[in-house]
Amino acid sequence: MRPAPSASRTAARQGLLACEVCALVSRAPPPGCDARCPRCAAALHSRKPASLARTWAFLIAAMLLYVPANILPIMDTSSLFGTERNTILSGIAFLWTSGSWVLAALVFFASIVVPLAKMLALTLLATSVQMRTAWQPRTRTRLYRVIEFSGRWSMLDIYVVTMLVALVQINTLASIHAGPGAAAFGAVVVLTMFAAASFDPRLIWDTQGEQA
Amino acid sequence: MSAPSLIACRECDLLHRQAPLPPGGEARCTRCGARLYRWTRPDANDRTLALALTACILFIVANAFPILGLEVQGVSDSTTLLHAVQSLWNDGAYAVAALVFFTTVFVPAAELLGMVWVLLALRLDARGQATVPMLHFIESVKPWGMVEVFVLGVLVSLVKLTHVATVEPGVALFSFAALMALIAATAAEFDADAAWAQLEAGR
Ligand SMILES: [Zn+2]
Ligand SMILES: [Zn+2]
Repeated sequence: MRPAPSASRTAARQGLLACEVCALVSRAPPPGCDARCPRCAAALHSRKPASLARTWAFLIAAMLLYVPANILPIMDTSSLFGTERNTILSGIAFLWTSGSWVLAALVFFASIVVPLAKMLALTLLATSVQMRTAWQPRTRTRLYRVIEFSGRWSMLDIYVVTMLVALVQINTLASIHAGPGAAAFGAVVVLTMFAAASFDPRLIWDTQGEQA
Repeated sequence: MSAPSLIACRECDLLHRQAPLPPGGEARCTRCGARLYRWTRPDANDRTLALALTACILFIVANAFPILGLEVQGVSDSTTLLHAVQSLWNDGAYAVAALVFFTTVFVPAAELLGMVWVLLALRLDARGQATVPMLHFIESVKPWGMVEVFVLGVLVSLVKLTHVATVEPGVALFSFAALMALIAATAAEFDADAAWAQLEAGR
């Protein structure tokens, strides 16, 4: 493979469109015409449509829901001794004090660090594109790649609640019910995944070569 | 109309000319480092088909048997994944139940069946109208299949429960762990680019 000589050798600047579904590169039709992939018939766009607006919308919604996701209980444990409300943080504290440090660290990473880091990183990426900065495009692309891959691991707590509710509900001594925090937390994970999918990393590179 | 030898980087849009790769090799973008395409075995289709069919069988086993069993003071009970989803639903956590069902049951099943469909169609040279939308569908739901996260979640809940009761891992836990590995292997082996090229050549 030959290294490309300049930043102008992008599909967009050569009047070409790459299919987001099957990756086929084809010539863009004249303006006003409906661009369809000749191979898979998917609609073609030079960049994801309304990428920044959609990213911001999903991101802000995720940030708003992040508050109830952490304050509201993700599950209620009721036993003969009363009802205990468990938030994500108290669940981690329980694992830590009962000696399961590795798991405590794992759940802390998946439920607290990953969503926060993801929202921060997406804010940084969307802001940098909006400001049309040419700063460190390669690093920013790598950041995007990490976000896209790691977001799914935040679903961990949702699955833990699922198993606990199913197993302990039947028991006569105690019962566990899902709390409203679980739905909020699930929504945060889904919304950040949508936000990451809406962001178009090619926008990071569109400012390259403009100064030249 | 199209230029089949050209490939645009998915992450930075830089154009590259496609060149043959040595076995095991992969082509990366010269500007941002994203993977453009990779070498695939000549028999990749058959290997993927074998893996996907095995995964389908494991999926059935994983859903038919209990994942975890619990025993407190002589009373024991166990749960399958579908039963767990049902408990959440009956508990009024509809959105969470739907999310769990979608990410651990629907998407993995749809992805595996869709893959078997596409690979069989390519193998038998019997490309129906539905093959292109099917490949389209597999690629779009892929990020929402979360079997590996679910397996980790089961392990965390197992540890949590051992503090209050006797917990026994069920057949399905091991099946899910194996399914996780098989789905990863299937995804690694499946060459969507080659499938698209083959589908196009057949038309
Ligand atoms: Zn296409
Ligand atoms: Zn690139």
